[in-house]
Amino acid sequence: MQPGTPDVEPARTMTLEAFADTVVPGEKRSPDDRAVAGAAVGGGAVVAGAIELLEMPEGGLAPALGGLADALNGHAQTYAADHGLALDGSVPAFVALPFAHRTAVVQLLTAPGHPEKELWVGVALISNMAFDTAAHMHTVDAMAARHPGLAAMGFAEPDADGLWRFPDFSYGRQLSSLHPDTTPSGSPA
Amino acid sequence: MTSTERTDIVVIGSGFGGAIAAYHLATGGARVVVLERGPWLAGEDFDHDFKLGTYTRIFDFVVGDGMSLLSGNCVGGGSVVYFAAMPRAPRFVFERQGSIGRRMWPAAISRDALEPWYDRVAEALPVTRTDWSNIPYPAGLFAAACARAGRTANPVPTAIDDDKCTNCNWMMSGCRFDAKRSLLLNYLPAAVASGAEIRPMHEVQHLSRTDDGGYRVHYSLIDEDDYRVQAGTGTIDAKIVVLAAGAGATPVILQRSEATLGAMPPAVGRYFSGNGERLTTAVLDEDRVRDLLGLKRSDGVAYEAAQIGKGPSVATWDHLDGTRPEYSRFSLEQLYFPPGLGTILVQTRDGSGPSWFGVEKKDVVRQWRSWLTIFAMTEDDNEGVFGPPPPSGNAIRISQQMLGRGTIRYDPTPNTLRGWAESDAEARAIMERDGLSWLMPWTNDVVGAYTVHPLASCRIGDDPNTSALDDRHELRNHPGIFVTDGSAVPGALTVNPAMTIAALAERAMPGIVQAAQQRGVAVKYGAPSPDGATSSRRGAVPLTETTRT
Repeated sequence: MQPGTPDVEPARTMTLEAFADTVVPGEKRSPDDRAVAGAAVGGGAVVAGAIELLEMPEGGLAPALGGLADALNGHAQTYAADHGLALDGSVPAFVALPFAHRTAVVQLLTAPGHPEKELWVGVALISNMAFDTAAHMHTVDAMAARHPGLAAMGFAEPDADGLWRFPDFSYGRQLSSLHPDTTPSGSPA
Repeated sequence: MTSTERTDIVVIGSGFGGAIAAYHLATGGARVVVLERGPWLAGEDFDHDFKLGTYTRIFDFVVGDGMSLLSGNCVGGGSVVYFAAMPRAPRFVFERQGSIGRRMWPAAISRDALEPWYDRVAEALPVTRTDWSNIPYPAGLFAAACARAGRTANPVPTAIDDDKCTNCNWMMSGCRFDAKRSLLLNYLPAAVASGAEIRPMHEVQHLSRTDDGGYRVHYSLIDEDDYRVQAGTGTIDAKIVVLAAGAGATPVILQRSEATLGAMPPAVGRYFSGNGERLTTAVLDEDRVRDLLGLKRSDGVAYEAAQIGKGPSVATWDHLDGTRPEYSRFSLEQLYFPPGLGTILVQTRDGSGPSWFGVEKKDVVRQWRSWLTIFAMTEDDNEGVFGPPPPSGNAIRISQQMLGRGTIRYDPTPNTLRGWAESDAEARAIMERDGLSWLMPWTNDVVGAYTVHPLASCRIGDDPNTSALDDRHELRNHPGIFVTDGSAVPGALTVNPAMTIAALAERAMPGIVQAAQQRGVAVKYGAPSPDGATSSRRGAVPLTETTRT
């Protein structure tokens, strides 16, 4: 690999990681992590599995990821030019943007009326699903692995059989008066 | 040349509209084939799992222009994935005028007229009142907040067996414990016991006419894993077609059939309603839950119970007041919305940065256990319109399962926006009082408005210009095609609609049986409820592998 010309796959992956990290930000995986901006504490969408999820054939976006990364970098270059920003050419353009500017680009691309809105909303939805459901893994496995998204949310542990049950579930008393017109079937009149 | 298969009646879809039809017609003696585009699963198949390829099998999430629809996609349809809240629609709903300036419901239907049919459904599932001892924490909290704000709040009638329910809140993935009384446990096994054939993974594309005045139903076989792949096609002829593919699919099948059946009534694919639905999420201040509401769980925690429960269990009906002007009447219901399908739409508090993603949003998600989602069901303006049908199905499928791009366009009118604004204000008045929580509506900027209760896209009525069906649910100008799903409901109901969809389907059955008789089908009306001591349900073996084929 030549300096300043990242090969295709790492560039694609870095670009998509930077997008996912803008949706659900996280801390850097290492000091030299360029894709993850380190804008938030704890793991974000990237360590939650966003790229794995995007690459799953089930999601339907996998064949388009290369084109999406290229398009995103194109938007980032346009944005940088519009705002007089100089980009580090050793990484893809979107990765080179500081976090606040990455955020601005994602806002532009997902705003009502943008011609590519549906695509970028789709990538954002999947990035978010990696964090809030670990949708690339069986949930019991994700819980066992202390998945960063489910852990951050405080998702409860399943029973030993992999099913959730909450035997302690109710305050157990009447907490409001009923509507005066409630019918005998319990419905509104 | 192979001969086309024939039967008496083809039912398209196996949710409330299809299952009730299949049961009555099969039990009455007709040969019935049910074509269902999704898989046939049962309790043991419903894993607690967010992995793509699990719960995604039984859902259909269609993104449109200004509106996204969440629907069932399996044998049992919406009843498998819904939350089993089964209130009856309030009396004023049937007097609504909506966008047409006169009563939109058929003259023959009122709350009183529908009451016996509601009773039948209540017996069949069954639907019961919920005791406060079975009200989960989130619903209890909402009730207490309503009471403190001077409002009333009611446990919602449900089709849930509380003795079996574990309050796992996985009911959108199908109920593992058979606590939710879906159609897999009543109408459908009774229909199968009476000889109805249910064929999963059969997606109907269009209808054509046969020489004898009946209909030919054209379907595709859908691959079991990748729903974008069609594994073959077929046809089946019937004397009567009952179309119950759901409000997001029924009008699309009819639109696509125009080339072979001729012009459709103008209301096919128009007047769609999202049931006026609006979602908001409150983030509770745990200390104030304890101090203001006096609530404490057994472990001493005040709340932190967003994950616990069974969907919606408590609603406030104070604004279901027929003396209020139209579009100012709504219910607010406590709701659980699982991660994955809605978390991204929850907004941050101050909106200075991006409202639905980013650093602040992550902080909101970290408080997930203290979330309480509130579901407003308002009166919208039936402003949804379907565009030209896609090549197959009801959407261009993007993912292997669940996600597709549909043709619906929904541009909310000032009336609809007013209803949403008033319901937002009421939710705030209850939930933000004295700092109990902060609350933001879900954004409509990402996937448009969001409905889990699509309605009215092929509706009943008395006026041929604004209703596709007559008051017997027969498609105008196409005798022998009946529509019995949520698309037949004329408009938003201000409450969860499944009970009304089911009651309307029950009400339509005598007329459909009569139409079948007139076409020479040996069928009688009068089947007992599939549930209860006087029913045929004892003879209806549970759904097992042996009864599925």
